[in-house]
Amino acid sequence: MRGGRTGLAIQLVVLFGAALLVAGIAHNVSTNLARLGIKTGFWFLSRPAGFDISQTLIPYSDDSTYFAVFVIALLNTLLVSFLSIALGTALGFVIALARSSANGLVAAAGTLYVETFRNIPLLIQLLFWYFAAMQALPAPRTSFHLGSLIFLNDRGLFIPTLQFGHAFEPMAGAIVAGLALSVLLAAKARRWWAILPCILLPLAAGVYYRADIVWSVPQLQGFNFHGGVTVLPELLALTVGLSMYSASFIAEIIRGGIQAVSHGQIDAAKSLGLTRWQTSRLIVIPLALRVIVPPLGAYYVVVLKNSSLGTAIAYPDLILVFAGTVLNQTAQPIEVMTMTLLTYLALGYAFSLATSAVNRQVRQ
Amino acid sequence: MSAARPQMTQRWQRRVLDFLRSCVSTPFNALLTAAVVALAFWALPGLIHWLLLDAVWSGTSVKDCVGHDGACWIFLRAHAGQLIYGSYPEGQRWRLVAAAVVGLATIAAAGASTRRVGILSTGAMLLAGSIAIGILMVGGVAGLPYVATSLWGGILLTIVIAAWTIVTAPPLGLLLALARQSELPIVSAIAGAFIDTLRGLPLVGLLFLVIVMFPLFVPRGFETDKLMRALLAFTLFNAANFAEVFRGALQAIHRSQIEGGYSLGLPRWRVTALIVVPQVISVSIPGVINICIAIVKETTIVLILGLFDFVGVLQAGIADPDWLASQSVRTTAYVFAALVFWPICFTLSRIGLAIERRQPMTSGSSGASLVN
Repeated sequence: MRGGRTGLAIQLVVLFGAALLVAGIAHNVSTNLARLGIKTGFWFLSRPAGFDISQTLIPYSDDSTYFAVFVIALLNTLLVSFLSIALGTALGFVIALARSSANGLVAAAGTLYVETFRNIPLLIQLLFWYFAAMQALPAPRTSFHLGSLIFLNDRGLFIPTLQFGHAFEPMAGAIVAGLALSVLLAAKARRWWAILPCILLPLAAGVYYRADIVWSVPQLQGFNFHGGVTVLPELLALTVGLSMYSASFIAEIIRGGIQAVSHGQIDAAKSLGLTRWQTSRLIVIPLALRVIVPPLGAYYVVVLKNSSLGTAIAYPDLILVFAGTVLNQTAQPIEVMTMTLLTYLALGYAFSLATSAVNRQVRQ
Repeated sequence: MSAARPQMTQRWQRRVLDFLRSCVSTPFNALLTAAVVALAFWALPGLIHWLLLDAVWSGTSVKDCVGHDGACWIFLRAHAGQLIYGSYPEGQRWRLVAAAVVGLATIAAAGASTRRVGILSTGAMLLAGSIAIGILMVGGVAGLPYVATSLWGGILLTIVIAAWTIVTAPPLGLLLALARQSELPIVSAIAGAFIDTLRGLPLVGLLFLVIVMFPLFVPRGFETDKLMRALLAFTLFNAANFAEVFRGALQAIHRSQIEGGYSLGLPRWRVTALIVVPQVISVSIPGVINICIAIVKETTIVLILGLFDFVGVLQAGIADPDWLASQSVRTTAYVFAALVFWPICFTLSRIGLAIERRQPMTSGSSGASLVN
C-alpha cells in the first residue's frame, strides 16, 4: 500500500467525505424535487416541443419532439464551431506567417492584430458584431452584393447553393464516403491522389443524378431574398467574431511551431541543395506540425466551448435552446443540464482523441 | 559618459535603417509594405475622425448624436453613475470608494510585508481586509444600511467578480493540484476527475448549472442569491484551470529538492509547505497571470445571467428607449468597453511575458492553451 497507514487513513477520510457530500446532495435534490412536484426521467424527450427555432439544419416542425430540439441545437453548436475552427485556422495561419515575416512592417501588422483581438473579451466582440456591425448593414433592397450571386444585408448573408432535390441522400452519402475514403487514403498512403475520392465520388454521383441538381441563386422577392442558402445574422456575427478572436490565439500557436524549427535543420536542407519550397514541404512543415498539433487540438476544444457565448446574441445553440428554453418549458433541470454538460464533455473528449490520432500520424 | 550618447543614437539609427531595409528587401516585400501602408492610410483617418474629430463631446440627449457619423461619447457621460456603481443607492456610494481604498491599502500592505512577517500574517491581513470590504459593501451591521447584491453593478461588479475569483481560486487550485499529484490513488482520482470535468465544460454551461441546480443541491433556506452562485461557479471553474498550471510547475520541480528535504528530517507536510509550494508558485507565475487575464475577460459573461456588470449596464443603456435613435450609440458603447478592457489585459500579458523571460526554468506550458 502506497503512503503507508497514514495514507490509508487519509484516503478513507477523503472517500468518506466525498461520499457524504454526494449523499447529502442526493438527499437534498430528492426532497427538493418532491417538494416542487417534479418527476424525474427522460420521457419528456419524446413529447412535442412546439416552439420555433430560427436555424434548423434538419427538418423541424411544431410537432417535433424535445429530442429533435436537442439534436438541432447540437448541430447548431457543431456548425458554428467547425466554421469558426476552419476560418480561424486559415486566418491564424496567415497572421502567423505575417508575424514571422522578415518584413518589419508586416510583422508589426500581425502583432497589432494578435494583441488587439486577444485582449478584448470575446463577449464584447460578439456583441459588437451582432448589435453594432450587423445592424448597420443595409436593408435587403440596397444589399451589398458580389455580382448577382452573393448578397449581404441586415437579414443575413445570402449565398448560392446546389440543391439536390430527391438526390439529397445519395449525394450526401457520396460526399461523406468520398471524404472518409480520402482521409483513410491520406493516412495510409500519403500521396497527392488521396484527395481524388472526395472529388470524384460526389462528381460521379452528381453526373448520375444530374437531372435533379439545381443551382439555386438568391433573388430579391418582395422584401426579402429567396433561394440559395441564408446565413442568419446570429450565425454570421458569431462565426465572424469567434473566428477573428480564435485566429489571434491560433496564430501564436502556429508561430510557436514555426519558430521551434531550428535554423540548423534549414541550413542542412539548403546545403543538400533543396529548393525553398522543398525545404518548407519536407523539413519545416513536418517539424513544425509536431509542435503545433497538440496545443492546436486543445485550442479547438476551447473554440467549441467558447461557441456557447453565442447565447448572448440569440444564436440557437445547445445552451440557449436546450439548457435555456427546453429547461424552462419542461421543468426537468436535472435531466436537461446533465445531457447538455455531458454532451460538451463527450465532444471535448472526441476532439482530444482526434488530436492524439493526428498527432500519431504527424510523429511518424 | 561622453561616448554613450552617440552610441545610443547610432544603435537607433541602425535599427531604423534595418527596419526600413527589411520592408523593401525583395520586390515581394516591397509589395506587401505598400499594401500595409495603403491599408493604414485607408483605415486610420476614418478611425481618428470617428473617435475624435467627428465625435459628439457635448450635449445631453440622443438628439445631439443623431446624424453624426462619429462616436457618441455623451452617452457614456449620461450613464456614468450606472457604469461605475450600478444601481447602488446614491447616498451610500461613498462606501464603495472606502472599500476600494481599504482594498488597495490591504494589497499594498500585504505586498510590502510578505518578506518580513511570513505567509500566515499576510494571509490574516488579507482576510481582515476582505472582511472589512465585505462589511462596507453589504452592510446590515455597524449602522450601515443593508444593500442587496442585486443592486450591485457596473465596474464595481466587474471588479468584485474578478477580485473574488483571483483571491479564492488559486488556493483551491493549489490544493487540487497537490491532491492530483498525490501518491494516494483515491485522493488523486477524485481530484483528477473534478479538474477534468470542470475544465471540459464551457463557463456559460457551468454558470447555468449553478444558477439552476444549486437551489436543488442545498436544503431549503440555503439558496443564496444569484451573484453568490455565479461567484461559486467562477471559483470552481478557475480553480480547475489554476490546478492545471500548478500541476505543470509541480512536475517541473526536481525530485532532488524533495529528497533533500526528507534527508534533513523534515516531515512530509513541511517538505510540501516549505520546499514544494514556494517553488511551484514562483515557477507558475506566468501561467497564473494568463489565467488572471482570462478571468478579467470572463467576468463579462455574467451578462448572460442577467447580472448588470460593466458590459451589462452598457447593454441596458443601449436598449434604453431614450438612446435608441442613434446607430452610433451602440458602436460607441462596445468601442468604449473594448477601450476599458484592452489596456488591463494587455498590461497583464506584458507583465507575464516579462516574468517568463526572466525565469531560468520555464516549464514550457505556461497555460497558453488554457486561456480562452
